[in-house]
Amino acid sequence: MTSAVEPITAPVGGSISGGGRSRTPGRSVQEIVFPTREQYFEVVRTYRDDGFEMCADLCGVDYLTHLGRTLPDGVPHDRFEVVVNLLSLSAARRVRVRVPIPESDPTVASIFDLYPGTEAMEREAFDLLGIVFLGHPDLTRILLPEDWEGHPLRKDYGVGRVPVQFKDAPGPR
Amino acid sequence: MSESDATPPAGEADDTDAPEPADRSAAHVDTLLAPPLSGDDFLSANPDGEVAGLVAETSEGRQEMFRRGTTDPGQLRREVGAVLRLPEGVVVDPSNIDVEQSDDDTMIINMGPQHPSTHGVLRLMFELDGETVLRTKPVIGYLHTGMEKTAEELTYVQGSTNVTRMDYLSPLHNELVLSLAVEELLGIELPPRAEWIRMLLTELNRVSSHLMWMATNGMDLGSTSMMIYGFREREMVLAFFEKTTGLRMNHNFIRPGGTAADLPDGWEDDVTVICDTVLPRTDEYDELLTGQPLFRQRTESIGRLSAEEALALSLTGPILRSTGVPWDLRRSMPYLRYDEVDFDVIVGTYGDNFDRYSVRLNEIRESIRIIRQVVEKMPAGDYRVQDKKVTPPPRARIDESMEALIHHFKVFTEGFKVPEGEVYTAIESPRGELGCYLVSDGGSKPYRMHIRGPSFVNLQGMPLMMRGGLLADAVAVCSSIDPVMGEVDR
Repeated sequence: MTSAVEPITAPVGGSISGGGRSRTPGRSVQEIVFPTREQYFEVVRTYRDDGFEMCADLCGVDYLTHLGRTLPDGVPHDRFEVVVNLLSLSAARRVRVRVPIPESDPTVASIFDLYPGTEAMEREAFDLLGIVFLGHPDLTRILLPEDWEGHPLRKDYGVGRVPVQFKDAPGPR
Repeated sequence: MSESDATPPAGEADDTDAPEPADRSAAHVDTLLAPPLSGDDFLSANPDGEVAGLVAETSEGRQEMFRRGTTDPGQLRREVGAVLRLPEGVVVDPSNIDVEQSDDDTMIINMGPQHPSTHGVLRLMFELDGETVLRTKPVIGYLHTGMEKTAEELTYVQGSTNVTRMDYLSPLHNELVLSLAVEELLGIELPPRAEWIRMLLTELNRVSSHLMWMATNGMDLGSTSMMIYGFREREMVLAFFEKTTGLRMNHNFIRPGGTAADLPDGWEDDVTVICDTVLPRTDEYDELLTGQPLFRQRTESIGRLSAEEALALSLTGPILRSTGVPWDLRRSMPYLRYDEVDFDVIVGTYGDNFDRYSVRLNEIRESIRIIRQVVEKMPAGDYRVQDKKVTPPPRARIDESMEALIHHFKVFTEGFKVPEGEVYTAIESPRGELGCYLVSDGGSKPYRMHIRGPSFVNLQGMPLMMRGGLLADAVAVCSSIDPVMGEVDR
């Protein structure tokens, strides 16, 4: 992080298991970071330089119907979140980076240049949630057909809109 | 005197084998992680300067075409990556791009999605120069059924029925990772027996999954006997699963709060028979495959990958271990009771197909070692947590107690509520790190469930492993990744 404001680090209502013995409740030390979109890339870069060799997972969450989720002070209750799980093999440690992303402009920097392994994961988040990763080399749909409309994991994506076609069901309108 | 005698040969040796493996992999990673090239870098390397744009009508619509020499690096990177995939840094390395060569020399062919060697519905696009594979792009999604969306409509009780169908070769691991995540959010502690039962079943599942891999890998490489043997031994494990859980696959046995039932009577004998049969048979596989010159020629130094490349591409499991990184979540970040059993983490050296084969073969032996210890250490006690909110009452109680009936009804209709929060749990599945990111809004259904499928991520290593190899080896490489398409597409 150069001149950017320090990201908010807080353990909130969740934990990372696998870092400790999951049978002890209350458990493993959790490390969650909430950078802003602008800080995101640099924060991840700092972690990579700190010895987090692998980006284990990247996914998006749509908080449309749960906007009031528990967040530390100063973190905006935006609709989308990109969640990145970084893994340090040398220290056997995980850190979770949660980036709030507003509905009006669902874009965020791609961390492909830091971790080439996020290629497929970012495409998946784009495909299913419509979050655009700027700088991704090939941001196309990965699981759904290319001409698919909409992003199914969004909370306002209709579920079960297509009527099941039984013999006497009304035809398509 | 002696020094001057000694130095020249050493210097000579340095000159002759200049591309030393360690150096090469380091250089490779530099290119892998290199920052994007600036336009000048590329233009100075290719001072053609000819601007030509033509539009061609292709089967996929209008496509603008440029001569390679005039394409700017950003576009080249995009085009090269978009059409066929390699880690972009490797592609953009100017020394790797032959601008003189016209596209006519290469051929793009499709393999799959119905090809039997792709282990499901994986489609591969190859760019071939003769028989040499240049670039590859795995195309996935043919088995996508929206399981993550489905999970949001199912309660936590029903959730394990859903996830168990993802990685259908190791269903119990899927159930385990979801259960661990739910239990972490609930903050409940399991009785010891439940954890040991889970360990027993998941290790047996690892054996059956690796046996299945040995079978299909043998078939892909032309050893049909291995296929028969692998299926034969796997059948024993599946028979035990059927006896325990009622089903051969998709068990829905490991559930939030414990397991669905206790182990059947006489399970120790069954498990011991499985161990005593499979272990000596791994030696037979050794004899059949490991020492076989044909098998070795088809696996050794095929699909090589360095540790740095594997880490950069987020590859886990036997693929990462075959490159020499001793990373196994059972050892490094123990869950269940893995810190109380004794086992070795198997690592390879070269990261080629043969190493991946031997890592898996020896993991069968290690799993059997763990299973034997579990049989010895299995404690008595309850197989699920006695929390009326989470686990249904025993069947017998329902007939005599109204409260039990109500609880039973509520658990299976409404499910139980899970406190608000989010959690990431990860376990070591036979294919690598199987993670579950679970978000709860305080209701009885997950707000969001994301599964980090190891096969999905491991597929990214395929283009790099296949690069420069022969098309005939592509099948071997694909097989050695061990992708399960149900998990890739989810």
